[in-house]
Amino acid sequence: MSRVRVGVTHLVLVGLGIVFLFPFYWLVSTALKPDAQIFAMPPVWVPRHPVWSNFWNGVKDIPFLLYTFNTIRICFLNVLGTVVASSLVAYSLAKIRWKGRNVLFYSLIATMILPGQVTMIPSFMIYKWLGWIGTLLPLTVPSFTGGAFSIFLLRQFFMTLPNDLSEAAKLDGCSEIGIYWRIILPLSKPALITVGLFAFVASWNDFLGPLLYLNDERSYTLAIGLQRFVSQHDAEWGRLMAASTLMVLPIVIIFFFAQRAFIGGIVLTGSKE
Amino acid sequence: MEARNLRNGLLFAAPWIVGLVVFYAYPILASLYYSFCSYDGIRPPRWTGLQNYHRMFFEDDLFFKALYNTLYMVVFGVPLSLLCGLGVALLLNQKVRGISLYRTIFYLPSITPVVANSILWLWLLNPDIGLVNVVLHHLGIAKPPAWIADPLWSKPALLLMGLWGVGGGMVIYLAALQNVPVALYEAASLDGAGILQKLRNVTLPMITPVILFNVITGLIGSFQYFTEAYVMTNGGPEDSTTFYALDLFNRAFQDFHMGYASAMAWVLFLIVLLCTILVFKSSLRWVYYGGENR
Repeated sequence: MSRVRVGVTHLVLVGLGIVFLFPFYWLVSTALKPDAQIFAMPPVWVPRHPVWSNFWNGVKDIPFLLYTFNTIRICFLNVLGTVVASSLVAYSLAKIRWKGRNVLFYSLIATMILPGQVTMIPSFMIYKWLGWIGTLLPLTVPSFTGGAFSIFLLRQFFMTLPNDLSEAAKLDGCSEIGIYWRIILPLSKPALITVGLFAFVASWNDFLGPLLYLNDERSYTLAIGLQRFVSQHDAEWGRLMAASTLMVLPIVIIFFFAQRAFIGGIVLTGSKE
Repeated sequence: MEARNLRNGLLFAAPWIVGLVVFYAYPILASLYYSFCSYDGIRPPRWTGLQNYHRMFFEDDLFFKALYNTLYMVVFGVPLSLLCGLGVALLLNQKVRGISLYRTIFYLPSITPVVANSILWLWLLNPDIGLVNVVLHHLGIAKPPAWIADPLWSKPALLLMGLWGVGGGMVIYLAALQNVPVALYEAASLDGAGILQKLRNVTLPMITPVILFNVITGLIGSFQYFTEAYVMTNGGPEDSTTFYALDLFNRAFQDFHMGYASAMAWVLFLIVLLCTILVFKSSLRWVYYGGENR
């Protein structure tokens, strides 16, 4: 590759990188500015004498800690449900030969194409009939039936594991659940971590679910709590940016520690076959 | 043996089968039934035949406005994110240094919470003091657009914001690009192919399956565009960001016209299905399956 081309490529990438990062920089720097600097013209590029008051006030106003606790509780249940249920179903689709497993596999794809709006209203009615509106149950119970995306991803991964080991274990009298638990799961830790991470992020970010089912302020998650805060205090940019920073931060941290699991997972679902 | 496999297969798949019945099969049938009813969610549904559909197609201007707004996002958003996602991936595929750092930078906005992203862009796109307009002003544009406060600019503003999240597709393109066998490029070089010829005749054909994947998921996602509009504009100004899913949500859970909203959901489903089938049909002509991954 010619040197000129390498140089130009780098230049474009650095430029694009700055453009992509800048909104995040602006998020954090606005959060650290007192109001006078937030609304100053021309803009203050680097906060002078950064203040933490936006963070304290934001945490106090929103009740940030309560919402974080609510969110984490939902995330934890969804990660647990998704990993357990999806791996069981994926095992059935990848490692057990039975009539009808292809139909079930196609049902995964079909549910991915189906717009959520089609099932939204009857699902709401089911939960209402069960008396679950306002509780965590509508936001957590469905994950214990597995998610189409997670099952798909785990199935792809299980398919790559050789059958020799499980065949040998079967000859030794090992049951199907034993093979799943002692052979397949230990070999699949990276894929399970990926699925768990995606479930965590999806549930941390979910907005429509809490919007539909949480009607008591004390049970709000961060996503809905933050949205309600915007609609009430739309000009308090310092506090809004501080609260948003705190909501984004865990995702950024998780991503940095588990980059490979994320990228590997996306690649696995994007691949054909 | 076969019977035992069937039993075990069903047992292991039981969670999904239960979910399929409770969260998909029943709701699909129920919403189809509701769509022919007048239903407020409290009193039992009352059969009204095709009335909901008739009203939707002949008496409801807002429905067409929402459909238009949504098609706008699909028609511009999907190709735009295809071009930009692929473009960035091609840049990163040039064996440059620091590829994983760049990948992180470009990917991050696509996994941070949509609510937080929307609030951030509400601030960036503020007509008077937002960073975007301040920069445009610096560049000599005396009257920059009011973005989400202007019905003409609100959808382009959301498209612009959407480009920030282009990294999700980019990561998939990049992985596909890195799987293209080097031997193909070497052979093309021997035949005297230049950069553009290699791109057209080697790179693009080899990653068409992944392009198809991203186009389909992008299509389905764009038709259901919701959270950004709900948080940032709530449909305004002048209904210019009342998208299909937002309109449907409001009718179901603010007006309690659940029957009408169910009919809207079914029309959406049919549109998405039709588009998906068309893209798949066309893909027979432009997707190349025959890579080394088979």
